[in-house]
Amino acid sequence: MTTADILPGRLEDRPARTSTLLRLATAGSVDDGKSTLIGRLLHDTKSVLADQLASVEAASRKRGWKGELADLALLTDGLRAEREQGITIDVAYRYFATADRSYVLADTPGHVQYTRNTVTGASTADVVVVLVDARNGVVEQTRRHLAIAALLRVPHVVVALNKIDLVEQPEAVHAQVLRDLEAVGEATGLRDLHVVPVSALLGDNVVTPSERTPWYSGPTLLELLETLEPSEDLLEGPFRMPVQLVIRPQQGAVDPLLVDYRGYAGMIASGAVSVGDEVSVASSGMRSTVVGIDRAGTSVDRAEAGLSVTLRLADELDISRGDLLAGGDAPRETDQSSAVLCWLSPQALRPGARLLVKHGTRTVQARALGIRERLDVSSLTVEPAEIAELNDLVQVDLAFAQPLPLEPYGLTREGGSFIVIDPHDGTTLAAGMVGAELRA
Amino acid sequence: MTATAQHPGVSTEHASLLDALESEAIHIIRDVVAELERPVMLFSGGKDSVVMLHLAAKALWPAPVPFPVLHVDTGHNFPEVLEFRDRTVEKLGIELVVASVQDYIDDGRLQERADGTRNPLQTVPLLDAIEAGRFDAVFGGGRRDEDKARAKERIFSLRNAFGHWDPKNQRPELWHLYNTRHRPGEHVRVFPLSNWTELDVWRYIAREGIELPPLYYAHQREVIERDGMLLHPGEHVEVREGEVPQIRSVRYRTVGDMSCTGAVLSDAADVQAVIAEVAATTVTERGATRADDRLSEAAMEDRKKEGYF
Repeated sequence: MTTADILPGRLEDRPARTSTLLRLATAGSVDDGKSTLIGRLLHDTKSVLADQLASVEAASRKRGWKGELADLALLTDGLRAEREQGITIDVAYRYFATADRSYVLADTPGHVQYTRNTVTGASTADVVVVLVDARNGVVEQTRRHLAIAALLRVPHVVVALNKIDLVEQPEAVHAQVLRDLEAVGEATGLRDLHVVPVSALLGDNVVTPSERTPWYSGPTLLELLETLEPSEDLLEGPFRMPVQLVIRPQQGAVDPLLVDYRGYAGMIASGAVSVGDEVSVASSGMRSTVVGIDRAGTSVDRAEAGLSVTLRLADELDISRGDLLAGGDAPRETDQSSAVLCWLSPQALRPGARLLVKHGTRTVQARALGIRERLDVSSLTVEPAEIAELNDLVQVDLAFAQPLPLEPYGLTREGGSFIVIDPHDGTTLAAGMVGAELRA
Repeated sequence: MTATAQHPGVSTEHASLLDALESEAIHIIRDVVAELERPVMLFSGGKDSVVMLHLAAKALWPAPVPFPVLHVDTGHNFPEVLEFRDRTVEKLGIELVVASVQDYIDDGRLQERADGTRNPLQTVPLLDAIEAGRFDAVFGGGRRDEDKARAKERIFSLRNAFGHWDPKNQRPELWHLYNTRHRPGEHVRVFPLSNWTELDVWRYIAREGIELPPLYYAHQREVIERDGMLLHPGEHVEVREGEVPQIRSVRYRTVGDMSCTGAVLSDAADVQAVIAEVAATTVTERGATRADDRLSEAAMEDRKKEGYF
């Protein structure tokens, strides 16, 4: 990666095609001004309505706010304990829209269960916005967030270099942060990294361009977000659809003409499917031809990743929930795999542990054969490990009671991800990525 | 917004915003039907629950909706909405379970509140109905954009044996992999519309041609103004001294308990006019129309923790 890649290009140089829904996740530590930035985004995109603003203004006054407007950080307060303690406890979701796009923003708190929350937010994100305090530059926590974004293969990372109004030589700070991020980007394998100097408090370069940063010619944060494309690899990859349900209404059919209907329902995880395509079943290798694609009574000729559909096939194959339908060659099923786990539970993982793994629509029993190494996210070094504790990123070997059609997470976020569940109490213990490598 | 022809002669389903939201909701509903034994869907006849039921029918088409719907009736519901509820359920041929707040008040299990608001009273009948029906999954039409406590809610949200929500101890929700596991006595609340906004709901109603109770559209109605809200005087709302009933053109943005659900002044008589109005509004739907949510900063949070919708 070169500096040119992380310098934001002019807007007009970017491709015009945009999607209408972009999923964001934010990451930052307590004092980076993350809540203020989100509040600013919501406010300046006019997503805050009068009654919400009035209640935030009242709360600001109550707490002695002397600044302009109101303490916009309060817009993101959720629970009473958060308001009382001035902290964020859990991932919260916010919504805002521009004329071109709708945004779902996962606001992930940066302390205590930081890895757990960042991983949760990043797992579905098209873009992660990482807050960096201009007074502190790139710190340990920045590296940690970037490492997680890279590991989860988030398509785009935007660093919001916040409080740029509070440093003496903003241009030099910006240049230094670019150099530092280049090194981190290279070490972690980030794909697309941008830096925008902002002041969340004053609104500089968040939605409206700042006059205080004449040395910066790139887009504002929102302008940049308007141009980033969601996960392209989902659309470009081979067709994959885990079967959720076999729909066979028989005598209960809503239309008496459809008593013989048999369809395979699911959400297309990657690629696209057209009527006439040959598909195969991962578990048996059996093949058939798609004769119909239904979306609730409407037949379509083609459907792509992200859509829920029901497929009709030319042949009656043995297919049930948990099967994977694939275009071309189906992935081979395997009963062992190496994976990176992000351990999310206070209860540690030890070799030999009995677990449940949910991959696609199939849940199987699994055992942890061994734990190889863990990534120290503070120093970004890889070290041998014997157990995994809360927030650890570890490389493990897993064995499954029934084989799974696993694909490398490096190729497909959908086909390469799984969750680990406690068989006793049903707790979600870990996020898993097939064949991923811990990079330092 | 539906099929966009990208290649001549080939209709392509482009993943637009509404398609993405619809597909996500259908995916969620199908996972519940596949993995849980006794789902039930909360259905009040309000627009969010109507959209949710429409999505359930689409998710399973051409099979029928295989689970019952549950309505917690405060006893103060708009008659038009109850009529609509019954007609919809009959049309779809599904079972309706009604938990009646009035029954609880009549036999003393619940007491009427001083302010006459019955929304907070719904929690106990709801939890009793879930227990009696042995339901292990309860679909709710809640949206994260409605309230700050709801913004923290998972799509699959575990409730303990007391029906309580513990916001500090929620399961992380990763990728599109939903964890439906629960122990006996616990149940899962499922919110397929989590990522929808009020405007998304209205645009979807327009796109799908979904019928709603008539009071969502502008009509002439007698109202009084109280605490900045327009209430319909009648059996559940007594006219107080100084209040003057007037006939105004109004519509409802939410339909709940008559005693605390306010109308808004509106000329939006059809769905397109409502979309234009919602897109231009400056007040949230709960702020505009729900007295109970104005009680305190944490009104919704407190009710949710106890097991409310």
